Amino acid sequence: MTQSASPSDKAPSTPAPTGITPGELERDLERADNKTRWLLSLPAIAIIALFAAGPLLVMVVYSFLTPGDYGNVKWQFSTEGWTNVLMQRDIFDDTLVWADAHLSIFWRSLSLSLITTLLTLIFGLPTAWFIATRPPGKREFWLFLVTVPFWTNLLVRTIAIQELIRAEGVINNVLRFLGIIDEPIQMMFTDFAIGFGMTYVYLPLMVLPVYAAVDKLDFRLVEAAHDLYASRWVAFRRVILPMIKPGIIAGSILVFIPCLGAYVTPRVLGGGKNLMFGNLIELQFGAGRNWPLGAALSFTLMAIVMVALIYYVRLTSREEKTDV
Amino acid sequence: MQHQAQTMPATDPAADVAIDVDRISKIFPGEDEVRALDDVSVAIRPNEFFTLLGPSGCGKTTLLRVIAGFEPPTMGALRLNGQDISRLPPNRRPINTVFQNYALFPHMSVANNIAFGLEMLGKPKAEIRDTVEKMLQLVQMEHLKTRRTSEISGGQQQRVALARALAPQPEVLLLDEPLSALDLKLRKEMQIELKRLQHETGITFIFVTHDQEEALTMSDRIAVMSAGKILQVGSPRDIYERPAERFVANFIGESNFLDAELSAGTVRLKAGGTLFAATPPAGVGDGAVSVLVRPEHGQVRMGVASGDELPATIDNVVYSGDATSVHLRLATGELFKAKTANSPTQDGSGLEKGAEAALSIAPGAITVLRD
Repeated sequence: MTQSASPSDKAPSTPAPTGITPGELERDLERADNKTRWLLSLPAIAIIALFAAGPLLVMVVYSFLTPGDYGNVKWQFSTEGWTNVLMQRDIFDDTLVWADAHLSIFWRSLSLSLITTLLTLIFGLPTAWFIATRPPGKREFWLFLVTVPFWTNLLVRTIAIQELIRAEGVINNVLRFLGIIDEPIQMMFTDFAIGFGMTYVYLPLMVLPVYAAVDKLDFRLVEAAHDLYASRWVAFRRVILPMIKPGIIAGSILVFIPCLGAYVTPRVLGGGKNLMFGNLIELQFGAGRNWPLGAALSFTLMAIVMVALIYYVRLTSREEKTDV
Repeated sequence: MQHQAQTMPATDPAADVAIDVDRISKIFPGEDEVRALDDVSVAIRPNEFFTLLGPSGCGKTTLLRVIAGFEPPTMGALRLNGQDISRLPPNRRPINTVFQNYALFPHMSVANNIAFGLEMLGKPKAEIRDTVEKMLQLVQMEHLKTRRTSEISGGQQQRVALARALAPQPEVLLLDEPLSALDLKLRKEMQIELKRLQHETGITFIFVTHDQEEALTMSDRIAVMSAGKILQVGSPRDIYERPAERFVANFIGESNFLDAELSAGTVRLKAGGTLFAATPPAGVGDGAVSVLVRPEHGQVRMGVASGDELPATIDNVVYSGDATSVHLRLATGELFKAKTANSPTQDGSGLEKGAEAALSIAPGAITVLRD
């Protein structure tokens, strides 16, 4: 493709090479180069248009239509779908009131995602540190262990968690056998169960980027900090943490964002009543038969994710101030 | 080279010891156990520029890390001004290190790097600011204080690393091959700079290097190390002119080793020539010994040897600008390299390859070695 594009483009300047100004040839070449670049990236653009932008566009359109009686949509413009994200109409007088059910689901999604991110960090950082400080030949083994759960279906793993925490499950049975509790602790179908499950599922997504950051950490800097009278904790806070911050932020994004939209884990462990964002959207396309609301909710989720991403990017670019 | 003439601080070695390394061994366990330090003892005096010199893997960096506190010694004691500090963590030793690759904090400015140690010691803000200012001045880096350490050159990073380590006013400053990453010209400048800083601050410097020339020009005293042991401790002059062992002689400067016969304080070279008076090092008895002659202590002239001279043939003549080296083959088949400084009247041009020559060795130029 490179050949086909350049000769025709260069043609005007070739007859009189002596007459052209110094910058002209370069500009022509650059123009030809741009053209080939466009041609080469065409397949990628087509795929993105077809499989990413296309479906999104469909959903934008759907969010402004009227719900059909048995699912699907009626081709009739309406902003009701968007209104229903936060508000709902009173059954009797049609006045708008806050949709408490939705708000509590948003809140649960946000807070559980944040808690899960924090928990994966608390468990993931020491794990990543442990792996990164093993002798070079042994790290692969530990990394392999961290990634093993990825090979198993998410649903199967979630049901395994259920087996651990249900009333007649492993944890309750052990505690009862040891005489620590008399009655089984209700763990299934609670926010705790969802947080527990999501922490387990997304832990590797935190461990891997943090591992990469710790692996790159120059341990001589830690020695330098100790040498300059920093205690272990201060060396961690002032030197190690700033150095591995990019890894922690990457891990947090990788955990927080899928948590917000998590579907399987809250469905299995949260039961029907502890819904999260993903379940709410699914509900509108399923039993709720309100596709426009489902579409509007999807974009709301996307907006929250984007805000979170922008915040994270801001966080990475902020650097230690010079105050001396 | 003029720095060599500096006199050693006049001290009573028994009472005046800053760092006392007392029979320290460091063993790294594992499948093939490494004895990085093997029963090392050395006393380093206050305000001394002390150099640990040796090839890579000789244990010099390990000894430095033991003194800094990064490696606990397997055996032995480490004392600072008479107090045992072997078990103190590095952040509780008044000792700072200039690391080989500087280990500057990349997420902090030059000034914040220098302030770090002072902050950790809990010094008041105003004092920190003043000290940082003073340190920046000392290493001539005032104009770059707000820069990030990744934005300055290697030589400048070196200065910042020095300022950072000096700012908390440690009792001892450890320097781990700090000049090895710099180019030759900068290295020469920094050698002088380091010497000046040591003089101005009065802090004991322990300097690790594998560069013998660097060690000779900068140090008050040098410890030559090999295979986890200290072979010899002495002034640059001692080490160069009176090395005790073949390894030391070989490592520092150029050497000729010749077979000789030692009897009652006199040495007779196998290759002929006169008797030399020599004081053998402790533990060397009469009999066959090997002796050292530095190349610059041999004089070569064309012609047949007579009197005290040694007969030789010229293998090669190498002109190197300021000096001429003559490679000789002695009557015993031993090789001898003589080196003469060039001057308008003598530049080695009269010496012919393959010709017969006479080698004379200056009296007192012979050192008996412990092998």
